[in-house]
Amino acid sequence: MTRRFTPKIITANALLEGDVVYLCADGTWSREHVDAELIEDEAHAQLRLLDAEQSSGIVGVYLADATAGKDGPEPVHFREAFRAKGPSNYAHGKQESQKHV
Amino acid sequence: MYSYNDFDRAFVAERNAQFRAQVERRIDGSLTEDEFKPLRLMNGLYLQLHAYMLRVAIPYGTLDSAKMHQLAMIADKFDKGYGHFTTRQNIQYNWPELREVPDILDALADVEMHAIQTSGNTIRNVTADHFAGAAADEIADPRPVAELLRQWSTDHPEFQFLPRKFKFAITGSPHDRAVTRAHDIGVRMITQNGEPGYEILVGGGLGRTPMVGQVIRDFLPVADLLPYAEAIVSVYNLLGRRDNKYKARIKITLYENGIENIRALVEERFKKLRTEFDGNDQLMLNELEHQFAAPAYVDRATTSYLLARGANPLFRSWAETNLSEHKNPDYAIVTISLKAHGQTPGDATSDQMRLMADLAAQYGHDELRISHEQNVILPHVHKSDLAVIHAELGKAGLATANIGLISDIIACPGMDYCALATARSIPVAQQIATRFDELKLEHEIGPLKIKISGCINACGHHHVGHIGILGLDRAGVENYQITLGGDGTEDATIGQRAGPGFAYDAIVPAIERIIHAYLGLRQTQDETFLDAFRRVGAQPFRDALYPVEDTANAA
Repeated sequence: MTRRFTPKIITANALLEGDVVYLCADGTWSREHVDAELIEDEAHAQLRLLDAEQSSGIVGVYLADATAGKDGPEPVHFREAFRAKGPSNYAHGKQESQKHV
Repeated sequence: MYSYNDFDRAFVAERNAQFRAQVERRIDGSLTEDEFKPLRLMNGLYLQLHAYMLRVAIPYGTLDSAKMHQLAMIADKFDKGYGHFTTRQNIQYNWPELREVPDILDALADVEMHAIQTSGNTIRNVTADHFAGAAADEIADPRPVAELLRQWSTDHPEFQFLPRKFKFAITGSPHDRAVTRAHDIGVRMITQNGEPGYEILVGGGLGRTPMVGQVIRDFLPVADLLPYAEAIVSVYNLLGRRDNKYKARIKITLYENGIENIRALVEERFKKLRTEFDGNDQLMLNELEHQFAAPAYVDRATTSYLLARGANPLFRSWAETNLSEHKNPDYAIVTISLKAHGQTPGDATSDQMRLMADLAAQYGHDELRISHEQNVILPHVHKSDLAVIHAELGKAGLATANIGLISDIIACPGMDYCALATARSIPVAQQIATRFDELKLEHEIGPLKIKISGCINACGHHHVGHIGILGLDRAGVENYQITLGGDGTEDATIGQRAGPGFAYDAIVPAIERIIHAYLGLRQTQDETFLDAFRRVGAQPFRDALYPVEDTANAA
């Protein structure tokens, strides 16, 4: 039996600010996890990853597990949840500004 | 304090100009990230979880007010108004933008600071006793030697691509406040038959394979330090493993080859290198010793200090925990706590930095230190000035009287910032400090060191905490392992694992059970947690941590 593919999103950091970014279905990058394209097919995920790695202004592209949520994809692992939100000791990072690339 | 000469200034300026051009080429796309990454790391620039992080070296933790003011200016202009002081006496900025980093480096150069060799497989910032030059028990000030090692190791052509990073620590006191036994090379200034020299330790380190350093040379004459250090690092450079990152530190080289073999190789190499050092290094050391001469102490009555102690219980409580004995009986060493209950250990706002700088300039012979325990030290304060310093600190939230107590916690940045972390550390530290403050038990418990790391690399020194906490990722959930009985002093000991780990919301209650067990079993109020642990062993604490009916629930 083949293992079921866990849905993924593609994430990276912005080159200039280092802020966490997510690849959207239209090929642009968003600062918000919910805007990411939820990829449910492994072959498509690998193809999208190859495309994403060619993007300029982006560093450290990788696939992360995600799950469908009410407003869009939600993180599965707590590390991705922290990346999507910002640090817990100060309301810095994404907690203080909501903007798109 | 050391002042840059023309060579230093030109070297740092040239490196900064090179890095500025490298950043420009990265931004315009001429350099890929793979090409740029080693270049940025050579200049202390990491890419962390949410942003870049710039690690700035504070050589052997020594600063003056001008440097501290500049660190505050950088925090305001280029970051979010604060900085994080680390367990290696550095400062880290958590939010710099790539385009501005060259400007930050230029601003640092203006006050003779830089971020060179704060990353990469090189010899890192040489750390030293934060009470250097002031401690009553000191044999000699280690900072001239630390500066000599810094100059020797900076841009050393042979040691820019070591198998792994390499850390020196040095102490001039028999009581080891610099954790020399947990460094790749530890240097202890000693005397033998009246002659000054060094005991050289090698192969200490924490991380995934914690080891206590071993003595490779029990007495090294002063003049032999650089050739001997060079011999150790060059033997390691050839012998250290490059096939496996986790086995690349010198502690593993030492473990796999044995201290006798390593010693023989080092001595053989040393014989050759010794002839290549013509004594100029010793002339430099003599000059450095002048630059680190003791301040001109003032001769003034200290009665106002005694009166203030009698009149102000808050001041007395602070004086009891935050002052240490100075070599001049009219003086005290002030430790300013960056561990206000519920705050992030090691963080200081720009306003706090400016206040500490101003106090140092006005009352502290213009000297500040950063301790590996993430506090700030005013090493030379006349006792008659202590009350006013305490009052000023209080206005800025810096008068917490908790040095050496349960809330004086070391914590690495953990998963709130660090890309390597497997769990958070900062909120665990905040909650422990807040909880024991609520219980009003802190002073009753007495001396206790809790150290928290958010991953196995152990930046939070958890192995040498009396109580160590290691945050891990267990099947996608934060889980915290406890170690007991660790010690980072001259009696360095690696803590023992208590047992299965605890979930994020169970770690503070677990620490509370350990503390209640300790309070119940100590023989006198003076028996510290560590003394009690050494007397009774881990079992009573394990029994408290894992009551029989709870065992099934422990993760």
